Amino acid sequence: MKKKVKNQTHKKKGFFLTLKRDIALWLFVLPGLILTFIYSYIPMYGVQIAFRKYNPKLGFSGSQWVGLQHFIRFFNSPYFVTTIKNTFILSVYSIIVGFPIPIIFALMLNSFRHKKYTKVIQTVTYAPNFISTVVMCGMLILFLSPSVGFVNTIIKYFGGDAINFMAEESYWRHIYVWSGVWQGMGWSSVIYFAALSGVSPELHEAAICDGATKFQIVRYIDLPSILPTATILLIMNCGSVLSVGFEKVFLLQNNLNKGVSEVISTYTYQVGLIDNNLSYSSAIGLFNSVVNAVILIAVNKIADKLSGTSLF
Amino acid sequence: MAKEVQKKKKIKRCREDVIYDTVIFIILTVLLLIVAYPLYFIIISSISDPTAVAGGQVVWRPIGINLRGYVEVFKDDRIVRSFINSLIYTFCGTLVNLGVTLPTAYALSRSKFKGKGFVTTFYLITMFIGGGMIPTYLVVQKTGLLDTMWSLILPGALGVYNMIVARTFFQQNISEELYEAAEIDGCGHGRFFFSIALPLSGAIIAIMVLYYGVGHWNAYFNALLYMQTESKFPLQLVLRSILVQNESQLNQAATSAAAREAIEKQRQLTELMKYSLIIISSIPVLVMYPFIQKHFVKGVMIGSVKG
Repeated sequence: MKKKVKNQTHKKKGFFLTLKRDIALWLFVLPGLILTFIYSYIPMYGVQIAFRKYNPKLGFSGSQWVGLQHFIRFFNSPYFVTTIKNTFILSVYSIIVGFPIPIIFALMLNSFRHKKYTKVIQTVTYAPNFISTVVMCGMLILFLSPSVGFVNTIIKYFGGDAINFMAEESYWRHIYVWSGVWQGMGWSSVIYFAALSGVSPELHEAAICDGATKFQIVRYIDLPSILPTATILLIMNCGSVLSVGFEKVFLLQNNLNKGVSEVISTYTYQVGLIDNNLSYSSAIGLFNSVVNAVILIAVNKIADKLSGTSLF
Repeated sequence: MAKEVQKKKKIKRCREDVIYDTVIFIILTVLLLIVAYPLYFIIISSISDPTAVAGGQVVWRPIGINLRGYVEVFKDDRIVRSFINSLIYTFCGTLVNLGVTLPTAYALSRSKFKGKGFVTTFYLITMFIGGGMIPTYLVVQKTGLLDTMWSLILPGALGVYNMIVARTFFQQNISEELYEAAEIDGCGHGRFFFSIALPLSGAIIAIMVLYYGVGHWNAYFNALLYMQTESKFPLQLVLRSILVQNESQLNQAATSAAAREAIEKQRQLTELMKYSLIIISSIPVLVMYPFIQKHFVKGVMIGSVKG
């Protein structure tokens, strides 16, 4: 008994001792901690305005409590089904197209013989990743313009009629997803390249000795070796199924295509900062995050059962 | 006999591989062209004659080379001012990012640091949970940053992913033994970080400068939320109004045929200006691109080790 007490005091002293020893390190992390606390943790606390009728004078915790009123209003609004459907279709489409293409691209490029040409391809395909979203959307609008865009010039050259792509709901999703592939394909393949560079060359040599063709090497050695990386990335992608990137959707959106382009995040922005309905907007945002978290956990469980790879 | 069989096998394998190589060559070349052509098209359009661009004649090479589009861009005060704004925001923002990220990463890379678990968890939580757009906006408003440069800098001062990349780098390159040796000579963490660790970490500093710098240069969403005065807008916001919202100060009411033609000419020039504007806004990134590519890739490699 006595011994235990002694131990405890010793431990306490130890803590202060290490604090004193590490004081410089604590000072190192302090600025980041303070900023993150203010701009990430206080907003988390502020999420409670989703359950209140926010009044700027009374602050986060002083405003009147209204419970689930904002959520019920959202569930009953005509936007509920539209925005969720649009968000879901857009991100599932993006994942189905955008997830496998970089993997195939990395596998092809990795097994490519001309190393100099590989460098050229990499340099060019990485470049679009550094174009800003605004410029990317500006380019799309310019290229697809019915009067001056080069896509319509080609269509007209072959005798077709000019199409006003940005005004047609039926094209909008394809434009969004495939331009994303155009921009991100090269860069997303980098991480698979990193994984492929870890494949031991002895495996390849052994396969060649056994008479494997190049395609077989890619299929049975390269592909399995990047599967764990791919699974992790897939889980993370699925976790953000309902948080499709605001920036690009918002920029490509216009009144003519709103029927397919109004997603949860743009609606949150519209309601919150344009219509100034802060509590209602926070409620929609919170609902979105909760659904994301549930999907992330579910997909993670499924992946763990199926392949043994999981995020946590 | 056995030799012949082996020879035959070798030839057969080669033929399949030749087909494989050819197919891959064709696919990759097509992909390369698909990615490269729009970029190439913008470059040749920006230096072509406005009428030729509007008429769709510019396809493979520039026609009637001139720099009128660029001249037009520099005549626009808004663009010049916002370009300078963006340079300032990017410079200050990156500086703050480095000042916060590198010390944090260094502290977390020391295995003897007792607060390591707490600080790491503190940051990891923010990767998965967030307050959302509106509560964050309200906090930015309460702290008085609205409509100032700091609203673009302070809320994202530490990118968790970047910090993890830097931490991994320090763990691998600045060994504990090195610090112990310095400690024996009476050197504390502060001095060790500035006079030994940082000079040895040129590569990671370059990676961080590039990650954060490109991020600041290309960002527009925070400015859209927090900036109100037009003279403080960064370049991307002005680009948005010109490229995406198609804003032009042209008066479309034309009466005579001559006036109509003049307006048509002006309209073509405005279209041309967009191509030049895209090039000019990408110049800071393009200039760094050779370094960027090498270092960015390195950054992904370091990050992926940790998973």
